[in-house]
Amino acid sequence: MTTPHRPRAEPPSWRIAIAGGGLAGLALALALRRAVGAPVVVTVCDPALHRDPAQDKRAYAVAAGARKMLQALGVWDRIANGAQPILDMVITDSRLTDPVRPVFLTFSGEVEPGEAFAHMVEGGALSAALAAACRDAGADLIPAGVAGFSSRGSHLAVEIGQGEHQQVLEAHLLVAADGARSRLREMAGIGWVGWSYPQQAIVATVAHERDHGACAVEHFLPSGPFAILPLRPGGPLGHRSSIVWTEASASAPHLLALDPESQRLEVERRFGLQLGAIVLETGLQAYPLSFGIARRFVGERVALLGDAAHVIHPIAGQGLNLGLKDSAALAEAIVDAVRLGLDPGGGEALDAYERARRFDSFAMGVVTDGLNRLFANDLLPLRLVRDLGLGIVDRMPMLKRFFIREAAGLAASGPRLLRGEAL
Amino acid sequence: MSEPSSSTVDPEEVARFDRLAREWWDPKGPMRALHRLNPVRLAYIRDEVCRRFDRDPRSLRSLSGLRVLDVGCGAGLLCEPLARLGASVVGIDPASANIAAARRHAQQGGLAIDYRPETVEAVVRGGERFDLVLAMEVIEHVADRGAFVAACARAATPGGLLIMATLNRTLRSFALAIVAAEYLLGWLPRGTHEWEKFVTPEELGEAMRAAGLRILDRQGVVYDPLSGTWTLSRDMSVNYMLTAGA
Repeated sequence: MTTPHRPRAEPPSWRIAIAGGGLAGLALALALRRAVGAPVVVTVCDPALHRDPAQDKRAYAVAAGARKMLQALGVWDRIANGAQPILDMVITDSRLTDPVRPVFLTFSGEVEPGEAFAHMVEGGALSAALAAACRDAGADLIPAGVAGFSSRGSHLAVEIGQGEHQQVLEAHLLVAADGARSRLREMAGIGWVGWSYPQQAIVATVAHERDHGACAVEHFLPSGPFAILPLRPGGPLGHRSSIVWTEASASAPHLLALDPESQRLEVERRFGLQLGAIVLETGLQAYPLSFGIARRFVGERVALLGDAAHVIHPIAGQGLNLGLKDSAALAEAIVDAVRLGLDPGGGEALDAYERARRFDSFAMGVVTDGLNRLFANDLLPLRLVRDLGLGIVDRMPMLKRFFIREAAGLAASGPRLLRGEAL
Repeated sequence: MSEPSSSTVDPEEVARFDRLAREWWDPKGPMRALHRLNPVRLAYIRDEVCRRFDRDPRSLRSLSGLRVLDVGCGAGLLCEPLARLGASVVGIDPASANIAAARRHAQQGGLAIDYRPETVEAVVRGGERFDLVLAMEVIEHVADRGAFVAACARAATPGGLLIMATLNRTLRSFALAIVAAEYLLGWLPRGTHEWEKFVTPEELGEAMRAAGLRILDRQGVVYDPLSGTWTLSRDMSVNYMLTAGA
C-alpha cells in the first residue's frame, strides 16, 4: 500500500498450433477453446481444410466414452440424427467354407443405462460438425500445412504454407496431428517403432434388404476379421451397413481389380445372406495395415496426437477412439497448466500428457496386435484356444462387463472429458 | 529497486546469471525436484487463495490484482506463474545471484516481477503489506524460526494469507529427504538439508499462532514413485504445507 508498483504484465496469451485438421486435431482445438476461451489462441493448419468434409463416407465406431466427450463439447447434438447406435455385438470364428458360423461371444445391451456400447458415425459428418463448432468457439482454421518449425526458446516459430504465401506463427506448443507418417514427428527427432501387417483393410458401404437390428457382427476369418457395422437406414435397399474387411495383402489387389459384380459376390460370400440381398453402395477401398508407436509422445514444445503418436490394428475399432482419448488428455494437461500460470509447452504439461497416454496406447496396440495374430490363423489348436477363451469370457458377466467398459473408454481413471465432464 | 544501468553491467556477470537461471529453470537440471513439486504446490496455493478471496480457480487471471510476496523466491519458479495469473508479485531472496538470475529470466519471458535481494524483515520495515505471503521450502533453512514466522505474519494484510511449505522432522523424512533424495537418488545436492533443522507441523503451527495467525488448512504432500508425481495427502510425515489467516 505504500510503494507504487511497476505496471503489470499484459494478460497472458498462449498460442497453440495444431498441425492436422483430422478428427483428433479438431477435437483438441475445440476442447481448448471451450475450456479457456480467448486467452488461448488456437490455430489449426491443414491443407485439407479446403476440401468439403462431406466427401468422407468412411464410417467410424464412436465408443461410449468418446461419445460422452463429443456431448460435453457440444458436438454430439449436431450429428446425433445420423448416428446409428450399436446395441448388440456378435463375434463368430469360422472358415469361409463352414456352413454355419458358431457364435462365441455376444455383447448385448447397454454399457450403462441409456448409453449404447458405440455409435456408427460418418467421418465427413463428424468432421464438418467439429470444424463448425471450432469456428463458433473462435479457433482459427487455416487451409495450409505446417512446413517446418524452429525453437526460439520461449516459443517456436512455426512456418505455415509455401512460397510467397508463407507465414510464420509464434506458438508455445506445436501439436503434431499430421497422421501416421507425421513429418513433424520426424523433424522433432522422435523415433518410431512399428511393423506392417501382411494385410490390408478393405472398406465399403453395403446396402441390404433387411434391418440389421442395431447389431454389429465380427467374423474372424482365417485371412483376418470381417466386420459388419450397422448404419442409419437409407440407400437403394432401405438398410445399410459398413464393412471393414481385412484381407491378405497378396489377395487384396486382385479383389480390387475385379468387376463390380464379382466384387459384390466376394463380399456376399463373407457378409452372408442373413440380411437378404446385398448391393455395394460404394466401391471397395483398401488401406494398408500397420502397428506403430512413437518412442516418445512429446518433444521440446511438441506433442504428438492421434495417428502421429500411434497406429494400431483396426480389429477392435479403436483407432479414432484412441485419438479422441489423446485429445481429451492433452486438452486436460494444457488447461490444468495454464490455469496454474504454467507454460502449456513446458515440461509439466507435456509430462502429464505423456504419463496419461503412453501406457494406454501401448497396451491397446499390444492387445489388438495379439488379437489379430490369434485370429488371423487357421491352425486347429489355435482356433480351439481362442474359442475356449472367448467362451469363458462370454460366460463370466463380470469379466465381460470389464472388457466392454474398457473398450467403450469408460474406465474410471481416464481423462475428465471422456467421462462427459467439462474441463 | 531498479536494474543497474547498462553501462555498469559486466557481460561476464550477465553470462553467469544466465547460466544460473538456466540451471534453475531446467526441468531436468539441479532443481528438478522443485520442478516436479511445482504443479501440486501451485495448485494448492491457487485453490487456497481462490477460496479466501472468492475467486474462480478456472480463470486464467484468478489472482488478478492480488499482492503477493514470495520469500526465498530463488530464480522465480513460483513468482512467474503467479504473475501470469494476474498477481503483482514481489520476490525476495538473500542470495543476490538468485535475484539476478530471476530478473534475467522474467525479462526474457516479458514478465514484470519486482525481485529484490532483501530479507522479509527489511520488507516489513519498509511498511509494505501483501494479500498473500509465501515461504515455500524456506523455514528449514532459517536460523531463528520464531522471528522468521513473525516477520512473515507482519507482511500479510489483515484478512491476508500466509502459506508455508517445509519438511517434517521424522524418521521417514530423514530416510526420504536426506538419505534417498540427497544420497541415493541424487535429486538434491548433498548438504541441501540439515535434518535437525526440520520443523514439525505442531512446532510450525505453534509459531504461527504465536505470531497472531489462525491455522486454516494443513496438507501433506507425498511422492508416488510409480507415476513420478507428487500429490496432496493427509500424510504429513515428510513434506507438508500449512495455510494461516492473518
